[in-house]
Amino acid sequence: MTMSFTEFMQHLANGISLGSLYALIAIGYTMVYGILRLINFAHGDIFMLGAYLTYYAIVFTSIPWYIAFILAAVITGIIGFLLERIAYRPLRDAQRITVLISAIGASFFLQNFATVVFGGRPKAFPIPQLLNKIVNLGGVSINIVTFIIPAITIGLLIGLNYIINKTKTGMAMRALSKDYDTARLMGIDVNRIISITFFIGSFLAAVGGIMWGIKYPQLMPLMGSMPGVKCFIAAVIGGIGNIGGAVLGGFILGLGEILLVALLPGLTGYRDAFAFILLIIILLAKPTGLLGEKVTEKV
Amino acid sequence: MTDRLKVERKRILDTNTLILLGVLLAVVLIINFLANDYVKTIANLCGIYVTLGLSMQLINGFTGLFSLGHAGFMAIGAYTVALLTITPENKAMNFFLEPIVPFLENVQWSLLPALLMGGIIAAIFGFLIGAPVLRLTDDYLAIATLGFAEIIRVIFTNTQSLTNGALGLKAIPKYSSILWSWIVAFITILFMIFLMEGSYGKAFKSIKEDEIAARSMGINLFKHKVMSFTFSSFLAGIAGGLMAIHLGTIDPNMFRITLTFNIILIMVLGGIGNINGTVISAVVVTAAMEILRFLDSSINLGFIKIPGIPGMRMVIFSIILMLVVIIRKDRLLKEN
Repeated sequence: MTMSFTEFMQHLANGISLGSLYALIAIGYTMVYGILRLINFAHGDIFMLGAYLTYYAIVFTSIPWYIAFILAAVITGIIGFLLERIAYRPLRDAQRITVLISAIGASFFLQNFATVVFGGRPKAFPIPQLLNKIVNLGGVSINIVTFIIPAITIGLLIGLNYIINKTKTGMAMRALSKDYDTARLMGIDVNRIISITFFIGSFLAAVGGIMWGIKYPQLMPLMGSMPGVKCFIAAVIGGIGNIGGAVLGGFILGLGEILLVALLPGLTGYRDAFAFILLIIILLAKPTGLLGEKVTEKV
Repeated sequence: MTDRLKVERKRILDTNTLILLGVLLAVVLIINFLANDYVKTIANLCGIYVTLGLSMQLINGFTGLFSLGHAGFMAIGAYTVALLTITPENKAMNFFLEPIVPFLENVQWSLLPALLMGGIIAAIFGFLIGAPVLRLTDDYLAIATLGFAEIIRVIFTNTQSLTNGALGLKAIPKYSSILWSWIVAFITILFMIFLMEGSYGKAFKSIKEDEIAARSMGINLFKHKVMSFTFSSFLAGIAGGLMAIHLGTIDPNMFRITLTFNIILIMVLGGIGNINGTVISAVVVTAAMEILRFLDSSINLGFIKIPGIPGMRMVIFSIILMLVVIIRKDRLLKEN
């Protein structure tokens, strides 16, 4: 079992780029959970829609790819907003399990709707020429996307950080996630904030979906389900409700998966189980995640 | 005094339940002796889903623990029954990539002990998983049990010499009689009715209503949660075993979360915490799922051919699920 330094660097770069994708998707879970205490099971399918919309925008229209990317991400954001309006808002005061069941229903609806509309056969994601270059760095040949993905992720994180910490909307989001009822009594327009949260989360998931498509260019209606669950796990590992935690969890998971396969090739088949095993261990050791705050139940 | 006590005592099997059981028994017998194979197949599946729906009710509906691990326990039951009942010759044929582990090579059990063993092994796993995982609450429990089911699927895909990996198992002897499924279903219905009327059932319900209150009344939360989870896994394991002998072939990809989703749909439509309702909804949903299969394949009306749309069936069912949840939001979790 030997691995050269260059090989290791290659795996590391891959792990970081997968980790940034996970982080982007995990943010959507954690933001929604922070405010509504809801696992938005359909988030992974929103991610899938983002990738498909980009495919259709590029293949069937003549708009340049970068505009197609932005357009698809915005439309996906609007779909996320609609999802909340239709499937979650009517259940705002219902018990949490009820909303969870609705979320599962929404997820299955989107998956099967995608199968009906887009077809069950895999589609090849059209990768723009500019993004499909192999660069050679000191003997390591790496696809340029591997660097673009973390760069875009960092850019988006800076933007998100600004929205959450410097704007009034962001302040309202933080207030709602700290104490929903009190925040509402302080005159915060809860519906507006929740809509914005869903838009932002879905927008980021769509960006994740587009970059996923460039990295793994095969689109399928069920492509969102496994990354979706894994990114929720990333959010839980980092401490759900905490955006920094979601990013941390995303990177731990992405790096962990790639390095597990690289260092122990015999366990390749167990790659998809890694996240779940890590989740169960972390939940048992620290039930609120790595960066989560301890919650005490009030009677 | 004794007279008054007698009057106050509720009958465990009320009239509605008795009528339901009687009608079901009659219909099953008629189908078993008179109907064609297609109807029998559907009736067989209905029986299996009755057991599954009730097992889901036990953990989610009655005890209030949102578990999404059913597909995993079914997989355990299905593989146990398959490995115990396939003939040694067929095993050798199945395991052509890697030989089967020696201790299973020449085993061949009859159906009843194999089914029980499927349930027991699923229950043992339920106990082992439940003990640590049930300390978590709602969402965390849901995702951890979902994770467990996925882990089982991944493990079964990779253990070539035990489960034959992704190739799955073929030539499972088909004890296709719908009586098996329905005997199990009837036993499960009665078991659930008596369980829920007894002290354990009352403890489960109190945990669902309010954990802290239940604990202050002296109910051992952990013990009862693990017990409910283990029972539920046992039933799921048996139902998985019945599924294996019904289908004749199994592979790990059958046991995805979609399967759990179907059972949740049955539970929600039947009314959470409602035994009679679950039985009816299991029969109706399963039959509808099978009958509506035409939506996925093309229809030939002789003069015109309507192309089928794969996935349409599940689109309709997910819309139904969401509508029911949204319309009945407040009554969804209340007992009828």
